[in-house]
Amino acid sequence: MDHVTFFSLALPLIVVAAMVILHPNPVYSALFLVLTLFLLAVYFLFLDAHMVAALQIIVYAGAIMVLFLFVIMLLNVQSNPQEHQRKGLRTAATIGGALLVAELFLLLRRAPNGAGQSPLPEGYGTVVAMSERLFTDFLLPFEVTSVLLLVAVVGAVVLAKRHI
Amino acid sequence: MIDFTISFILTFMVLFMALNISALFSAWVDRKASALMQDRIGANRASIFGFLPFNLGLTNSMLCDPIKLFTKEDFVPPGADKLLHTLAPIIAFVPALITFVAIPFGDVLSIGGREINLQAANLNVGLLYILAMVSLGVYGVVLAGWASNNRWALLGGIRASAQMVSYEIAMGLSLIGTVLTFGSLDLQEIARAQGHLIGGWIPAWGIIYQPVAFFIFMAAGMAESKRIPFDLPEAESELIQGYFTEYSGSKQAMFMVVDLIESVIVSGLVTTLFFGGWQIPFLARDGFHFPWGGIVALPSLIVALLQVGSFTIKVLFFTFLQLMIRWTVPRFRYDQLMNLGWKGLLPLSLVNVMVTALVILLVQSAK
Repeated sequence: MDHVTFFSLALPLIVVAAMVILHPNPVYSALFLVLTLFLLAVYFLFLDAHMVAALQIIVYAGAIMVLFLFVIMLLNVQSNPQEHQRKGLRTAATIGGALLVAELFLLLRRAPNGAGQSPLPEGYGTVVAMSERLFTDFLLPFEVTSVLLLVAVVGAVVLAKRHI
Repeated sequence: MIDFTISFILTFMVLFMALNISALFSAWVDRKASALMQDRIGANRASIFGFLPFNLGLTNSMLCDPIKLFTKEDFVPPGADKLLHTLAPIIAFVPALITFVAIPFGDVLSIGGREINLQAANLNVGLLYILAMVSLGVYGVVLAGWASNNRWALLGGIRASAQMVSYEIAMGLSLIGTVLTFGSLDLQEIARAQGHLIGGWIPAWGIIYQPVAFFIFMAAGMAESKRIPFDLPEAESELIQGYFTEYSGSKQAMFMVVDLIESVIVSGLVTTLFFGGWQIPFLARDGFHFPWGGIVALPSLIVALLQVGSFTIKVLFFTFLQLMIRWTVPRFRYDQLMNLGWKGLLPLSLVNVMVTALVILLVQSAK
């Protein structure tokens, strides 16, 4: 990805991501989050990861964020929560944010230099290539994740229904 | 570059025209055929100079209705969120319109040494792309419901989001069986794979391999396009007009057209996945090869035109079928809708995936 493409995508992405936490209206925040996920999917497209881009839109933008919006609209969340509610949240958010930034810098120092790398193999990022990796090299993590999801589903059902 | 531009512009225009004509066609057929079915006369008042178009209601639905809708006052209710109220129809309209680019409407057309693939965008994740666009269609509806500042509209929007998210799952799972059968997510590949013959006679269309998936997909697709019997988000007798109660003029027209476009897309997908897409039985790239031995050679242009024609006729047939269902079946109750989606279609599609996978494994190990 050349610099022009990178920055013309990165700048809006950062602005939109910042708007998620800056906008006072929760519905708009959720919509900005959708835009963020959408722009990320465009990033994946430029990085030849078509499958990941499609899944990003189907799963995050198309399903999870709809439920977010659904809940926000049903609860009719007020745009300004009480001050005393905010105090604890603010401390927690500061600590969490600082941790994330530290983590990011650590990862950046360890990241390989992209300049001298060989070109991508033929068919990189297609469904076939990705599925082959998923069902050979990453079979165990893949199956463990599916068990984890199953546990989450069962847990949600148990929590939602007291008398089964 | 010129090649690319020419084929891109041509394909885009064809798709755009096809979509709009079929949407208008369904608007007209919708009014007139429903009237015939229910023993009414239907639209017949307007005409041009008193003799066109032979009292069939064409002028009403193809000319008067659009002009009326586009010239009406564009009203935004007080207390509504103006930005989102304006954006919502666009957000609903755009994903629906651009879904069609992944659907192939013909094989390869060779003109002057060039081979033009008759598909607007040849994506290796074509099917996933379509599912992604379908899942984005929810936003327009939900936002319309919320931004209108009207309880009926909000109820409609919430119903729509619940319904569309629920039926997307059954829709996606029903397609997995098809993907397993043809071994590709590329719709052009899937359409090509349906070209060979079983036992030399029967065209190997998807419906023969995946009959259950066809019914699940059709039901889920109709639920996605929010039409009767799945029109709870816009149920007139309960919610006035549902999520677009507060819309007027061209924005309302956009919401109405989105439903029609979605049903055309469902027809296009059903055609491509289960009824051979642009395939005509016994027609190969160089002409007809009949199983009884006759060969009729045809030039590439004629073959391409025949294929596009076959695709169009199939799509129109399934759109018409959806209209027939629409005017035959009464609306579901909300709990019936959810039960059908989660307790009926979802387990059925899971079973379909399991059985398909087992059969494919058995066939492979038999080889």
